[in-house]
Amino acid sequence: MDLILQGIVQAFQLLVRGDPEMLRVAALSLAVSLGATAISLVLGVASGTAIGLTKFMGRRFLVSLINTGMGSPPVVVGLIVTILLWRNGPLGALGLLYTPFAMVIAQVIISLPIVTGFTIASIQQVDPKLRLQILSLGASRFQMLWLFLKETRLPLLAAVMAGFGAIISEVGASMMVGGNIPGQTRVLTTAIVMETSKGNFALAIALGVILMVLVFLVNMALTIIQQRSRAR
Amino acid sequence: MKNAVFSFIGLLLLASLVLGIAGCSKPSSLTPVSSPTPAAPPKPANPALILATTTSTQDSGLLDVLVPIFQQKTGYVVKPIAVGTGQAMAMGERGEADVLLVHAPESEVKFMQAGHGVNRKLVMHNDFIIIGPSADPAGIKETTSAAAALKKIAAAKTLFISRGDNSGTNQLELKLWKTASIDVKGQTWYQESGQGMGATLGIAAEKRAYTITDRATYLALRKNLGLDILVEKDPILLNIYHVIQVNPQKSDKINAEGAKAFADFMVSPETQEIIRNFGIDKFGEPLFFPDAGKTEAELGSV
Repeated sequence: MDLILQGIVQAFQLLVRGDPEMLRVAALSLAVSLGATAISLVLGVASGTAIGLTKFMGRRFLVSLINTGMGSPPVVVGLIVTILLWRNGPLGALGLLYTPFAMVIAQVIISLPIVTGFTIASIQQVDPKLRLQILSLGASRFQMLWLFLKETRLPLLAAVMAGFGAIISEVGASMMVGGNIPGQTRVLTTAIVMETSKGNFALAIALGVILMVLVFLVNMALTIIQQRSRAR
Repeated sequence: MKNAVFSFIGLLLLASLVLGIAGCSKPSSLTPVSSPTPAAPPKPANPALILATTTSTQDSGLLDVLVPIFQQKTGYVVKPIAVGTGQAMAMGERGEADVLLVHAPESEVKFMQAGHGVNRKLVMHNDFIIIGPSADPAGIKETTSAAAALKKIAAAKTLFISRGDNSGTNQLELKLWKTASIDVKGQTWYQESGQGMGATLGIAAEKRAYTITDRATYLALRKNLGLDILVEKDPILLNIYHVIQVNPQKSDKINAEGAKAFADFMVSPETQEIIRNFGIDKFGEPLFFPDAGKTEAELGSV
């Protein structure tokens, strides 16, 4: 119990002191996960909208696959990305393994099904008659899509939060494709695992507190955007 | 409404900006802030060096001391990947690492015989210890032979936690059971954690169980455990670390010069002196004993 208190105190000390190593690790966590979320958002909203608005053979199967992907184990994603990025592997020439870019790739794979799945669900809850109505008012296809996305912005922001939440907190993939290299690929979650196995439990908890503060700040920003748009 | 859309787009831009910064800042982040940068280090043609090593070298803090010095001296940028010895050697076998720092002599010999590595050099040793609750329900304290102690644990059917992860520690433990001619498979008192040494020690402490650990990790974690050293100093318990350069013929991507530079660095007199003194300030005793230039026979393990 005293370890948890110690951890919280230590988190404050690290934050007040502006510990450079901690700041770097936290900044990399944020950069990697926000980057991956942004990529997932663009790809996921596009593909989710396409799937949500169309009918085709095997659509249900595809949606089931995407929904299953929402629960894909990060450590398996990490292992597969590692094997693909090995320098003697198929994508080895890119030289991405043990860099932040490899971590972004793995995190996109983890968060993309979440964003896509949420997008499909939110597009489908829009009244289908709206689409006909918009089109009959002479809107172009692009205008129609834009209106649809505006109509679903609340659930889409929830998709962003879910996707971001899944990857900022994951450790299995980041550890494997990043390698937890100090100054290069160490992020908060991999640092927490390492400090725990070093027996520095209070420091591990301190890093955990800092991680939660970061997640809170990002989610608060997103929630403000979400709720403000609702009020209008 | 429009505002909301704009802030949404703004957020997207912000996110991509952050990503961009992450990308741009990559070269500068290659040198850790903590490492001093007085004289400019030399610039090797291929600076990236992958070191596959065991968790014990990372968890004890030794790598955090040695790697920055090596980088400063040679200009290489080390990517230390701390995994179990099993995984480290598998990476070497596939040519996915340039140099290994490992501690499983029997597997290492096989690794060398199969042509996966070159220039295997003795770096240092410490030792394994059998630890357990101070009440010592199996009565192994003062047993001088590790195998005899394990026989007592098996006879008393007291809980024993194994790493179960094919690490160097795990390989030694399995060798000991074999020496004691005890089949641990399926025994209810024998449990595998499947995790690293630190986590396994935590489990053993919670369950008041016996386990085998390297002394360095035990000393680093001792204050949280409440487990005592019960058996030590049996020659079979020596924990010997070698540095192995991965055979550059395995792949043209292997950084052979970097691997050689790291191996030479590990056995150099200056590094050996750092190893000799490492941990004394914190634990009152050294965690590793430098052995460059010696043979395993001189250590008395074979």
